Order: sequence, then C-alpha cells, then structure tokens
Amino acid sequence: MKNIKNAIWLPLALLPIWYVIYHNLQPMTDWFIDTVLGMTKGVHLTEALRFFVFEFPKVMLLLTLIIFFVGIIRTYFTPERTRKALEGKKTFTGNVMAATLGIVTPFCSCSAIPLFLGFVESGVPLGVTFSFLIAAPMINEVAIILLYGMFGWQVAAIYVGTGLAIAILAGWIIGLLKLEKWVEPWVYQTHMGDSGSEEEKLTFVKRIHLGYDAVKEIVGKVWIYVALGILVGAGAHGYVPEDFMAALMGKSAWYSIPLSILIGIPLYSNAAGIVPIVSVLIEKGASLGTALAFMMAVIGISLPEMVILRKVLKLPLIFTFVGVVGVGIMIVGYLFNYVF
Amino acid sequence: MEIKVLGTGCTKCKTLEKHTREAVTETGITAEIEKVEDIYKIMSLGVMQTPALVINQKIVLSGRVPSVAEIKEILTKNQ
Repeated sequence: MKNIKNAIWLPLALLPIWYVIYHNLQPMTDWFIDTVLGMTKGVHLTEALRFFVFEFPKVMLLLTLIIFFVGIIRTYFTPERTRKALEGKKTFTGNVMAATLGIVTPFCSCSAIPLFLGFVESGVPLGVTFSFLIAAPMINEVAIILLYGMFGWQVAAIYVGTGLAIAILAGWIIGLLKLEKWVEPWVYQTHMGDSGSEEEKLTFVKRIHLGYDAVKEIVGKVWIYVALGILVGAGAHGYVPEDFMAALMGKSAWYSIPLSILIGIPLYSNAAGIVPIVSVLIEKGASLGTALAFMMAVIGISLPEMVILRKVLKLPLIFTFVGVVGVGIMIVGYLFNYVF
Repeated sequence: MEIKVLGTGCTKCKTLEKHTREAVTETGITAEIEKVEDIYKIMSLGVMQTPALVINQKIVLSGRVPSVAEIKEILTKNQ
C-alpha cells in the first residue's frame, strides 16, 4: 500500500518544486555566475558558461517532466492496438491516422521488422504502413521538447506539423505507386501466429511506474548528448562570429537545403544531440528552413533503419522511400525559407 | 515451465534475457529458457514488438524490459 501511495503523491509533491526551479533558472544562473564565481560580465568565457549553466538544467527539467507524462500516455498505445485501429482503413484517412499514431506509439528501430510484418499481414495497406514508419522516428518526443525549450512552441509546432504532413503525403504517394512488388515475397507468405494473449492489464499505479521507467531509460541515455550539444552551443556562443553560417546555410544559398539533406541522411544522431547543434547553426546565420531540413534528415531517415528494413523491402522500394521523404523535407525547407 | 525470450539481438533483448535468468534462479523455478532470435519464429509466435517474453506459448510481456522483481512476479503468476 505504501508503495502505491508514493507513486501518486511523489510526482504531485515534486511538481511545485519543479515549477519554482524552472521559472527561476535565469536569476539563479546569474547569481551563480556573477556572485558565486564572481566572473566579469560580457566576457566570452563568462557568457559561454552562463549559456551552459542556464540551458542544460532547463532542458533536463523539461525532458524529465515531459518524458514522465509521455511514458504514462504511451502505455495506452501499443503497436497491437495501433494495428487494430489501422486494419482495413482506406488510404488517406488511413495515412492520416497512421502518421498521428506514429507519434504516440512506442517505436524502436529494432522492432521495425516485426511491426512492418504485423501491419502488412493484417491487411494494413503498404502506403499506410509507410506513413507510420516515417512518422514514428521522425517526430520524436525528445526533439519536440528540446525545440520547445530552445526555440519556443511555434518552432516545435512547425516541426510536428510539417513532420506529419511529410509522413501522410509520402505514405500516400507510396500507396498510389503500388509498390507491393518491391516487398520481399516472403513477407506475404509469413503467417503471423495468433498469440492468443490477453493484453497485459495495467493498473494506473503500474502506468506511473512505467512513466518513471521511461524517464530513467530515456533521460539516462540522452543526457550526455544534451550536455555535449549544449557544450558545443556554449562554445560557439561567444567565440564563433554571428554570421559564420550565413553564407553556407543562409537563405540566399539555395543549394544549401538539398546539400544539408544529403549530408543529414547518412548522419545518424540522437535527436537529443542534434537540436542544440541546430540551435547553434541558426544562431550563427543558418536559416530556419535549412536547419530544420537538416535536423529532419538526420533523425527521420537513418541508415541503420534502412539496413534493417532491407530484410523486408527490395532496394528500389528503399530508395523510393528515402527519395519521397527526402523531397518532402526539401519542400518543407524551401517553404520555411520563403515564408520566414 | 517453458520460457522463450524473443528478440533480434538488440541490447534491450539481452537485458531481458539476463533479467529472466536471474529471476528464474532467484525463484528456484525449474524452467527451460530459450532465446529466439529468428525473425520468422518471432513472427509465428505473434509478437510485434521486441523484446518479448513467452511463457508456455503465451505472450506475457512485449516491448519493454521489466526489473528482475517484476519478472519474478510474472513467473509465479504463470506457473
């Protein structure tokens, strides 16, 4: 009983403490830098340190809180349920649903194959399956939180919105192209066994514990990337000239978007590491569209996942997949450079 | 008891196998533990999310790695 009570009361008790710290980070940082360390204001080193001491705890606080809630919410969305929801759905409606469910359904690239097989097997159309496979890694909760923390909710919303649009449209197009012939034939011959399992029944307390587990697992894994990313950001903050990236990744350089995407596809990074880098690029003159396109290419299209998918998809389909998503990201990039 | 640990070889799957072995030893249950890495076999068992734990042909867990204590609970429940 004691355990059960703690599971509910502890987060509620921690919430106000979290709130107070989060909203007083700037004065606390300033006090620490100016008074405790007694550093001279305006000097590069001071400002670089100030940037790190402020940004790192801020991002970690956001991550911990939101991953906790996401962890709880995700216990309600299992791949089995998602598959059931998508069974027999017509294209487009199916694509929209698949992309949206891709955001909330837990996904790890190591389960990409069983997931793909499970979907196709139960009659989810190929294009709809792709909408899911595109959205799941590309719209990443850690990236959303970091974008919100470092750029505000508008940029986070743009990222989610355009990511969804790409996943929906790319999946829809792949569906229209009728590429089933490029799926390895054994996929359609495999018969997925019926597990006959009753779904694990979870109590609310259990779900809260799974929320803790998610925090332990995800924050425990990504904090180092966040620290490194922000460290690079802090370093560049004071030392790299403001318009350093303008010529290379600014609006005027039209070729920078396809180039960023080409560089981004083979690069495989944790979303937690890439967002602080993107913030540096933008601060140093890269345009928002170009930087976003780069980020989406890095986290949305990953080489290891393609290698895994090669087991079920023939090469032309993998190239089509990468091509369609790449073009989608490119359009988003140009759109933003044009609008903003 | 017949236990199968299903996973294609990612770190999570290895952790699940380790936890399961520990749990079996600690509870003293006699069980045969088999690691299933073949994707066809995993599919034929009806699992969509690895790692997964199958006890006597029934999926008791999929998509996450529970603690040793929790596996012990699952083991005793499915005995």
